[in-house]
This record gives sequence, C-alpha cells and structure tokens, in this order.
Amino acid sequence: MAEKLMKYADAVAKYDPVFGLEVHVELSTNTKLFCPAHIEFGGEPNSQLTPVSLGLPGSLPVVNRTAIDYAVKLGLALHCKINEWSQFARKNYFYPDMPRDYQISQYDKPLNGQGYLDVELDDGSIFRVPIERAHVEDDAGKNTHLGGADGRIEGADHSLVDYNRAGVPLVEIVTKPIEGAGERTPEVAGAYVRAIRDIVRALNISHARMEQGNMRADVNVSLHAGPDAPLGTRSETKNVNTFKGIEKTLIYEIRRQAALLDSGGEVLQETRHWDESTQTTAGGRVKTDANDYRYFPDPDLVMVHVTSEHIEELRARMPEMPRERRARLKQEWDFTDRQMQDAVNADAVDLIEETVKAGATAAGARKWWLGEISREANSRGVTLRELPISAQDVADVERLIADGRLNDKLAKQTVSGVLAGEGSPAQVVKKHGYQVVSDDGALDTAVDQALRDNPDIVAKLKGGNMKPMGAIIGAVMRATKGQADAKAVSKIVMQRIAQ
Amino acid sequence: MSVRNELVKESATEMARQLRAKEVSSRELVQAQLDLIEAAEPRIDAFLRVSGDQALDQADAFDKRLAAGDTDGLPELAGVPIAIKDMIVTKGIPTTAASKILEGWVPPYDATVIEKIKAAGMPILGKTNLDEFAQGSSTEHSAYKPTHNPWDTDRVPGGSGGGSASAVAAFEAPLALGTDTGGSIRQPGALTGTVGVKPTYGGVSRFGAIAMASSLDQIGPVSRSVLDAALLQELIGGYDHRDSTSIPKPVPPLASAAREGMRRDLKGLKVGLVKELGGEGYQPGVEARFNEGVKLLEGMGAEVVEVSCPHFPYALAAYYIIMPSEVSSNLARYDGMRYGLRVMPQAGVEQTAANMMSATREAGFGDEVKRRIILGIYALSAGYYDAWYGSAQKVRTLIIRDFEQAFEQADVLVSPTSPTTAFRFGDKMDDPLAMYLNDVATIPANMAGTPAMSIPAGLSDDGLPVGFQFFAPQMRDEVMYKPAAALEAALQEQWGGPVFKDLKAPWLDGHVSGTTK
Repeated sequence: MAEKLMKYADAVAKYDPVFGLEVHVELSTNTKLFCPAHIEFGGEPNSQLTPVSLGLPGSLPVVNRTAIDYAVKLGLALHCKINEWSQFARKNYFYPDMPRDYQISQYDKPLNGQGYLDVELDDGSIFRVPIERAHVEDDAGKNTHLGGADGRIEGADHSLVDYNRAGVPLVEIVTKPIEGAGERTPEVAGAYVRAIRDIVRALNISHARMEQGNMRADVNVSLHAGPDAPLGTRSETKNVNTFKGIEKTLIYEIRRQAALLDSGGEVLQETRHWDESTQTTAGGRVKTDANDYRYFPDPDLVMVHVTSEHIEELRARMPEMPRERRARLKQEWDFTDRQMQDAVNADAVDLIEETVKAGATAAGARKWWLGEISREANSRGVTLRELPISAQDVADVERLIADGRLNDKLAKQTVSGVLAGEGSPAQVVKKHGYQVVSDDGALDTAVDQALRDNPDIVAKLKGGNMKPMGAIIGAVMRATKGQADAKAVSKIVMQRIAQ
Repeated sequence: MSVRNELVKESATEMARQLRAKEVSSRELVQAQLDLIEAAEPRIDAFLRVSGDQALDQADAFDKRLAAGDTDGLPELAGVPIAIKDMIVTKGIPTTAASKILEGWVPPYDATVIEKIKAAGMPILGKTNLDEFAQGSSTEHSAYKPTHNPWDTDRVPGGSGGGSASAVAAFEAPLALGTDTGGSIRQPGALTGTVGVKPTYGGVSRFGAIAMASSLDQIGPVSRSVLDAALLQELIGGYDHRDSTSIPKPVPPLASAAREGMRRDLKGLKVGLVKELGGEGYQPGVEARFNEGVKLLEGMGAEVVEVSCPHFPYALAAYYIIMPSEVSSNLARYDGMRYGLRVMPQAGVEQTAANMMSATREAGFGDEVKRRIILGIYALSAGYYDAWYGSAQKVRTLIIRDFEQAFEQADVLVSPTSPTTAFRFGDKMDDPLAMYLNDVATIPANMAGTPAMSIPAGLSDDGLPVGFQFFAPQMRDEVMYKPAAALEAALQEQWGGPVFKDLKAPWLDGHVSGTTK
C-alpha cells in the first residue's frame, strides 16, 4: 500500500520540520557494562555470557568504570554538563532479547546533561544542534527471525536469541527538538550523525561501524506551519543504521506527513521502521502512553560518582576534536573548502595526514588518495584502508616524482602496481623497469627526431605559438615508451627553437 | 539420650570445638544430622531438598584437611554443617525459591556466601523451604509444601524463612542461612525460638541471593545461640566487588562482642525501648516475656530509656509500596525464555513469545506473588509513581531519621520481634493484611538498612516461643551482639538451659533406635 507523498520541495516550502535524533553509540570496552563478560563482534552465539549478562536469578550488576569514563569523554566532546552524581534506573518491559525483562538505563539523573554540537554543513556553514542528554545504558540481545521471507518477525515461524550483545555499554545521545533547519533538515541530521561518528573515533571509545550496529539512530520528526505555530504530532522511526537511511527517513517522513496534513489527515504518534528495500518507512506500534516503562532507580546499583577532579583529568587528556582538527589541517594543507570536504567524505583525512608526515606534499597526497586510489576503492567496494597501499607507499611515489625518477604516467602505473599487490613502489618500479629517460643524449635524439618529423609545428613554435608543444611532447613520449620527463622535453624544445 | 542426640543438640561453636579436638569427625557429624533430618522431616518438612551425598563428600574433604593439619586461615565454624534457604543459589544443587517457575533449575554458579561456606569446609545439608520468593510470613505460600513449627506441628514456623528456622529449632541443622526483606529471618526466629540476624544492609553480599526486593534484602544467620550467629555472620560478611551495594569495610568484631556479653555486665549501656512497637495488637504473653527481658537487661547494669520513633507506624504501609514495586521488576525475568518453567499457550491461542510468557507466569507463580507483582506494577505506573513510590521513599527517609534520633538517646533499641506467637495453619491465609501485620516490628530495620536480631525470650503462656528484638546503628552490628548474648546467658541461667530444653521432639527418639551404628 503506497502512501501519498508530497514533493519534498513543496513540503518544506509549506511546512517547517522539527526533528530530533536519539543516537545510540556502542562503547568499545573490553567487557560489558555490568559484568566481566568479554565483548567481541561475531562470536559464537551465546558464548559471551556470565550469570549477570544472562540475568540469572541472584546475579547482580556492577558498573564498569571504563564505560563511565568513555561516556564522560563523549559528554565533554558534546559540551554536556557532566553530573558528578548520576543514577541508573530500570526501564521495565518484556521482550525476549532482554535477559532481565528490564533495561538498565538512566532516567532523571543522567551522567551527561545538556550540551550542544556544532556541525559543519556542505557549504561550510555551522549549525548548532542542541543536546538534551547523553546517558549510559546496556544493550539488548539480538533476535533472529527464521522461516519467513524477509527475516522480519512477521511471517517467521520461529526466532533465535543471541545474548552476546546483551549488556554491551551504550551511550544514547538525545537531542532537543531541532528547529530552523528547514529544507536542510536531512543534511543537518546526516552531518550531525557523521560528526558524532568522527568524535567517538577520535576519542577511541567506539568502533563506530554502522554496518555492525555500533551506531544506530531513532529519528523523530513532526511538521508545523511555522516557527510560531503549535508543534505537530511526531513519528518516531526506530533503529535506522545508515547515514543515508537517516537522511532518507527524514525526507520520506516529511513528504508523507506533509501529504497527510495537506489532505486534512492526522499524523499518528507511532513507531515506524525504515525499510531499505522499499525506501519507505512503515508504521508499527501506536504509542498510546509516552511513559509506560515504570522507570524507577535500580536498587542494585549505588549512584555513580564521578568527581570533578576526575572529570578535569579526563578533560585534560581529550584529543583534538575532528572539526577543530579539520580546520587546522585545512589551513596547514592550504585546501579549499571543497577539497577538505571531499577528503572528509572520502574518509581520507587521516591518510592524507599520514602521507604528509611521511614526506609528501598535501596536494600530492590529496591527488592520489582522492583520485586513483579512491576510484580503485569504489570499484572494489572497500575502504581506502583496506587497499594494499599505505601512506608510506604514496609518499614514496611522490618522492620518486620529485626526484625526477618517475613522470606522471609512470607514477600512475607504479601506484596501479602497488594496488595490484606487486609490492612497494620501489619493487614495482624495479619489476617493470620504470624509469624516466633523463639521459640528455637519448632525449636530445628523440626531440630532434620529433622536430624533424614536424616542421610545421616547429614553424609555429618559432612564431611564438606555444600551443602545439603538446604534440611534440606526445611524439617524444611515444618514442621513449612514456619514460620521458615532460618538463625536460619541453626545456630541450625551447633550447632548439631559440637556436 | 544417645551420644549422637547430644551432639546434634550442641551449639555450632561446640561442634566446631569437638571437630578441632578430633572428638568427632565432620563425616560423623554430617551423618548424625542427615539421620536426624530423615527422622524429623515427616513431621517438620523444613527441607525442599537434602543434599546428603554432597554434604558427606564435603565432610570427607574437611576431615582430610584436618588430618593433614591444613587448618591455616580456617574460621572457627569450619567443618560444621549448615542448611541453606532455597533463595540462595548453590552450584549444582537445584534452587527454586519455593516456586514452580524455577522448578528444575540448577544454578551454574555459587552465591558469594556459598563460596565462603565452601571455603570454610562447611558441608551443605540441603535447601530449606520458604514462602514462594520469600513472600509471606508463614511459609504457607511455598509452592511445594508448608513447613511445620517444631514446638507445635499444627502451627506455622513463621516466614518466609520457616524452613531454615524450623530446621535449626528441630536440631536438623546447627546453622542455617536465611534472607530477610521485612523480617524473614527474625520473625521465624521468634516463632521457633531460634536466633535470627538481619545484618546491616550491605554487610553481607547479596550476590547469589535471589532478589525479592533488592533495597531491603539481606542474607543473615540462623542459629541456636548468639555466639553461633556472630561467628556465622563474620564468616559470610565483608565486602564483595560483585555487589555494588556491598559496604567496602571489614566485618565488625561480632564474636568478641558476643563473648564479652556472655560476662553479663552491661554497665554503661543505654537501652532504648521503642514506644511505638508494643501495646495494641501485641499478645499479652509476648509483652510479658519481653518486659521480663528488659528487666534482666536492667539487672545487668543497663540503663533503660523509652524512645519514640514517630514514623514507625507508617513503615508497614510504605514497605508494601516499595517491596512490591521492586518485586514486580525483579520477578519479570521469570518469563519462560531462558530457564525454569515454560508453558506454551493453549491451543487456539496464537503461539507467540508474549503469549508463552503470559502462560508461564500464570501457571508458575502463586497467588501471593501475583498479588505483589500487580501491586508493584500499579505503584510504579505513570501518574501514580510520585504519589506511591515517591511518598514511600519519603517515609523511608523519615524512618532512617527516627533511628538516627533514637540512637542519639540509646546505644541499642529493643522491641518484641513479632506481635504474636506462632499461629495455626490457615489462620491468616485469607486475610493478607492480618498476615502482613506479623512484620510490623521487623520492617523498620529493613527500611532503614540498620542491623537487627531476634533471640528467644522464653515461652508465652501458650507454651510457644517469644522473640526479643535488638536494633543497632548502621554498620555497628557488634553493638547488638553484646546485650543479646548477655540476655541469652541471663535467661538460660533462669531456665536452667537453652529454651529448647522444653521442646518435645519425638523425632529425636526415633533417631536413636533407627540409626545408631
């Protein structure tokens, strides 16, 4: 049943979206939030368990202080007010993937209170996302529904539960309602979630791999007529686990809700799901009562105390944050906004930095990583890091060019060789005998031959028209099987013409 | 009386002495207890499961250790057998909390207190009966069977720890562990003439104690003497990193306080009589024994003052908000998914996980447990939370303040443990409120987290035991052990022996002829 949608441009022209994001970040601690069970992605189902993570009778949770430290660091990066005293509360609901049938979360006394994150949009402008809280909680296990067509619970004949993930520490970052983004709502949302990913990676507190579920978002959105109009009813789309999915969910929901409102319909306050295969959201459970979880302070856990001294210690050890680092690198590297953004989008900032450290120029490093190497990564469907080429390799190629031992064409062939797994640049060069013809005698001969073969061009050059120079260089290249240095060729040509 | 009958009637401390002196082996001691359990159980029903083979293996291991002279670091009670309330998980021994919903569950781990019991070479005789999930004051709410009071087998032993109390009172075990959430160690102690202690909250690790109401639950000793209880509490107490609410401090010196008390000199001690815990609702025979006890304390040099705890009358009502709230959440995990009972939905009902959970909980829980879960869910619901749970927590704060102010006027506080002696089976089963009133004097200590204990004060005019309760300040458990031991010594002098000398225990006779080797 296809739902009616309004064109996005019309929807945002007519209505003002107000949205909110709840981003869940799995922390990369060695052990779970409340017990010493080891955490590893992809382990045998139900192999990473203790009596506590299975919720066995008599078992008790004890807080993992490393997880608290990680969460404080994240709170600091999000400019949150860190509460010295915070409290875990039980969120009660029955579900097979919840070993205790309650989640241990934080309610009215979260670790991290209000904060904000400034995110950079494509045009370089800054949008401030207001943050309500960033609290700590434990993850649930994972249900696998079998026997159905599409792995969903509908139509399945049975389900399996893996409790390995049960008890993995999460931070849930909840924004305040975000207003004023207008048509840029999806862009702001995408930039915000990417910024969080970059921050948790910089802090080294999460693997932040969306495809492994390390990060996922609940996306809330409602429409109203304008800043002064009453807020509309919102929908909540749960567990969106790709950046594109978050953006598309917002676009879809804005279009759907606009069409509904426009036809005099009513938006239901409900939980929806983003369906990647149909590129739509589908309705689920209607929320009748916002607070039916019977929260109360978990009597098994004393309040969490983080002293102000400890907070300051953690603050002092904070690494440079991604946005500040990018601003600094952009200046150091003399990149344009566009160039820097491309590097960020390609996830190449670290690689460029490493390549520069290994001796290359920033421009040279950018050219390789965003050019040949990115194309190769795209065609293979892997990340830059997964390719068999290192920052050192790229810097080595650049050095060979600077030394005049490789020209552009040979350099590209060398990089291709490295990418093909033929070894280091030096090994590739050696294997194929790549070498710029810099021996003046051989080059002189080739140039003289080319000039002799093209008397009309020589005439033009002598007349001051330098355009056909390329044709001479091309002829020399052909004669030397590409091993000539174009600059050297052009220098000899100029000498000959001046004679 | 045979030698073996004399042995099982000894205190744990005396048994321990005989073990060290090699007057008796741990195997002989365990065998004597197992024989007596066999003789007594048809009348008492204190045990849900007797773990005789394991107990004998543990006894042999201890005897070997003793023979090898490997006694370094062993606590005083080493080698003495013990019974464990079936609310505490024991690796390899089924643990049910007396509920059908846990039938057949074999824990894969030991509670911290069980690890300590095992490390001390104390053989575990078996798991004792209780009200289902420790919810009740008579042990009639056990899903398996009621336990009988050795003083009158037509009467209840109190609850929820009726099994542990009856086992110790009937000489089936010299020691037992209980759990006390609102009086579940002390009230059965009062009704069976045993010593029962609820330590300071956090003084004994709760890791491995099946949770009823986490902020109130506390594991404690059951024994026939104050010194035995002190030694057992020292053995099981102390900081445990696996329990977040565990107090990171060493156990206070309890046995030395008890031994000091046995000298019966209480000069300089101020005893506070809690005005609100007495009078209306308290059986005259209970009050008579209690007042005599107070006189004896005075006679040993204690100064007795009356103190007021004006908010204690609200403790019961507040308790019946907080306890069920925590129960409703703690018992959610019994859903048929991972362990214990699983009941599939009836034919014609959709076979979903949610329906399986409902069917399992419907079949697996008894009425009293369901009553408390429903109460708790209601109290925690949106819109009611502040009025119920929030107000109850305020009462709790006021009770803590009452204790603090009372302890400014007195070193220890005293009251009757239970308003009545043991009642007959069925008397209060249809009247939950009458049943709840049994705990009116024991609940304040759970609400405040303060330590309290019950010792036998003699028999009421109905011939049934009466309990005398001591309260001490938080983390000062030793403060109550001294006057408790003093009063015990004074009373025993008066009676010419322990209160149990008046216990008619026909199973002791059967034991003699049937099992003497």
